[in-house]
Amino acid sequence: MTYRLELNEASIAFGTTEVVKRVSLKLREGDIGCLLGPSGCGKTTLLRAIAGFEPLRQGSIALHGKVVCDTQHMIAPEQRRVGMVFQDFALFPHLSVAENIGFGLRGRTAQAKQARIAELLTLVGLTDAAQQHPHQLSGGQQQRIALARAMAPRPEILLLDEPFSALDPELRGQLASEVRTLLKQDGITAILVTHDQTEAFTMADQIGVMNQGELHQWDSGYNLYHHPATTFVADFVGRGALFAIKVADRNSIDTPFGRLSGKLPNGVRPGTGLQLLIRPDDIHLTTKQDGIYARINDRLFQGAEYLYTLQLESGDRFQCLAPSHQQHAIGDTVTLKLDMQDLVLFSDDGQAL
Amino acid sequence: MPVLVVASYALIPAGAVWRHLADTVLTDYVSNSLLLMLEVTIGTLLIGVSTAWLTTMCRFPGRSVFEWALLLPMAMPAYIIAYTYTGMFDVAGPVQTALREGLGLHYGEYWFPEIRSLWGAGGMLSLTLYPYVYLLSRAAFLEQSVCVLEVSRSLGNGPWRTFFRVALPLARPAVVAGLSLALMETLADYGTVQYFGIGTFTTGIFRTWFGMDDSAAAAQLSTALLLFVFTLVLLERWSRRKMRYHHSSQRHQSLPGFVLKGRQKLGALLICSTTLFLGFLLPAGQLLWWAIETREMIDREFLQLILHTVGLAAGTALLALLLALLMGYGRRLSSDRGTVAAVRVAGMGYAVPGTVIAVGVMLPLAWIDNSLDSWLRARFGISSGLLLSGTLVALVFAYLVRFLAVSLQTVEAGLGKIKQSIDESARTLGASPGQVLHRVHLPMLKGSLLTALLLVFVDVMKELPATLVLRPFNFNTLAVRAFELASDERLRDSASAALTIVLAGIIPVILLSRSIRNSREKHDLSTGTE
Repeated sequence: MTYRLELNEASIAFGTTEVVKRVSLKLREGDIGCLLGPSGCGKTTLLRAIAGFEPLRQGSIALHGKVVCDTQHMIAPEQRRVGMVFQDFALFPHLSVAENIGFGLRGRTAQAKQARIAELLTLVGLTDAAQQHPHQLSGGQQQRIALARAMAPRPEILLLDEPFSALDPELRGQLASEVRTLLKQDGITAILVTHDQTEAFTMADQIGVMNQGELHQWDSGYNLYHHPATTFVADFVGRGALFAIKVADRNSIDTPFGRLSGKLPNGVRPGTGLQLLIRPDDIHLTTKQDGIYARINDRLFQGAEYLYTLQLESGDRFQCLAPSHQQHAIGDTVTLKLDMQDLVLFSDDGQAL
Repeated sequence: MPVLVVASYALIPAGAVWRHLADTVLTDYVSNSLLLMLEVTIGTLLIGVSTAWLTTMCRFPGRSVFEWALLLPMAMPAYIIAYTYTGMFDVAGPVQTALREGLGLHYGEYWFPEIRSLWGAGGMLSLTLYPYVYLLSRAAFLEQSVCVLEVSRSLGNGPWRTFFRVALPLARPAVVAGLSLALMETLADYGTVQYFGIGTFTTGIFRTWFGMDDSAAAAQLSTALLLFVFTLVLLERWSRRKMRYHHSSQRHQSLPGFVLKGRQKLGALLICSTTLFLGFLLPAGQLLWWAIETREMIDREFLQLILHTVGLAAGTALLALLLALLMGYGRRLSSDRGTVAAVRVAGMGYAVPGTVIAVGVMLPLAWIDNSLDSWLRARFGISSGLLLSGTLVALVFAYLVRFLAVSLQTVEAGLGKIKQSIDESARTLGASPGQVLHRVHLPMLKGSLLTALLLVFVDVMKELPATLVLRPFNFNTLAVRAFELASDERLRDSASAALTIVLAGIIPVILLSRSIRNSREKHDLSTGTE
């Protein structure tokens, strides 16, 4: 099967520093992908390479099965049929909203052009603003016009560079799901870049976590959270704590919480030291007397829940979520129970087992 | 380039003329120039900062009119205001005559300030140069976050203390930048000081050049003047750099607008209207009156004069724009150090006084002409005459050196607004680089290009000293004509030429005030939606 976007061992370098290192990924038609990572991880550079603004040092990029960039040749951005939405929207200030949307529509009759513009204005819900100029619109409206402009020529793929970061935080979540609905309605394949995981979860079908130029994992949001491929992903996506543990036998490990049993990967020898990931939702506070004891160091009210920071007798610290009507004061000792589907274990080099 | 020529002459061993100069008038030049700078500093700071504060932060009747009207004195070249005031206030002028008649006194029996003095010159220059300080400090006050002012008020500082302890220190880099611009103009001024008979560097350069015919000494004087100028350039650069750190907030809020009452209101009105009256209304009115009185001066010769001036100004403006575009794009496309440095150097010309540029242009061109001429004569027995130095080529070249910076700055500001992402989004939408230029850059730049043209046009029209030195024989411009007539004590006759210059000078003032109004509207708009 051909994929809409295929990166094969793509590397990008500025001078001698490699900012993107051998990244491979595939995106199916109609899917929304996301590159997630801290600032400076190379995600925006990778996006700009897909658009055609950065050359590759190694590897290749293919759109719809056709190689648009490798080390030998590079197709100009205007011939790639990519749409791009920029962080600052980059609307043309001298053109009206309708003219902005129509900018990329060439080689069509005036009528077809008008029809497409009207269609997109309806899609983004800004029919009334057609004759206005960008500076007369609010940030959220400008964002939607930038999106409409990029979607107008029906690009092979839509690229979104931190599309919500210029907006107020309250607007972001709402717009992210709106944009997802719009893209899905039109069946558009898209890839977005963000450092905000909520945005990534809201928008994307496939998420790639990047750090220092490397793609750590390319997977669904669910798998990133529950089956992180590396300790970096475990740490970057969601909350959690890593504990040093020792393998006891084929079915159990010794942890600061005592002996836990579960399915261990094949070939793990008893006595090996590993790391175990515990998420706040793996732990429940109970009223029973027997169990694991921990002291409450801190607590954070989050509405429906409290986020407690707990400390074991061994000194290990971790976090745990508990319903907010079940109150405990700082300094209290509580009993807790572990409730995990799988044991998420990492070897010492940070790779998942 | 001319600057280098001038500076290189400084290395030539000092001739007799230079020693004579050093013995006699050099100290005068230095002390006069310094005193003049001091006066202009005090004058422009007092007028510029106070009016800027009043029009941005206070609310009183007529404020919105003063906001732009206070820029009008910029249209008035200092030498023109100087003739006008002299005509009105000297011994034979209407004011003193009226005084004498009214009080029954005779000349010498009463005290009246002498206009044609160092103090008069300082006053004239302050009246026309304060808009630099006004403009920049006004922009600084506008950008100040209201929050810091409110914090200061809540900490128990009254409005006056807030002004002196918070607002003014925050605006200081901008004020200093405006002041250094005004001082550069002061040093470059030739018309006023010459007319008032005050010996400064510029008049000294003229005297050694024409009177003593010693080009080396003129060049050496020019170098001394340049030292002053570059100190000011450095000061300006330095304070602009500091300005960035004085931004207290990204977000703008609508300004509080202290509503003035009673005496305060009267005071504010008085300060603003006196400034406007003295700096523009009075001299412009007088010029208009004289121009009407001497309307028979507007004859064929006068039209010829206008034709010359406009042609020269328009040609130079176009050339400057083309060069500026080339350099602007060169700088945008290549971040190579050499290009950047070249553009920087070209941008410095504005700081160099016209007199110095004239000397710097004249020396090498005359040399080329002479060698070409003698070569041709030796070889073919014909004379080429003064091919370069005696023609418009020299003059246009000098204008370009001096005013290229103006168009370059405007073009660069325009290009700066076109962010990288704008180019890139046009590319992803299928536009080739050429189409990006045509469909995006050109429409976005249109305003800046027009502004650049107009600014250079008007600057060339007003330019006096370089034109005086470099114009071809019998070729006159409005500025030169006005200066000549005034020097011949034919003040009234010079009015029509002077008035034309002032009218042309109003164009950039209108442009400026429009851009100010626009920026405020956008500012209000953005606060409205937040």
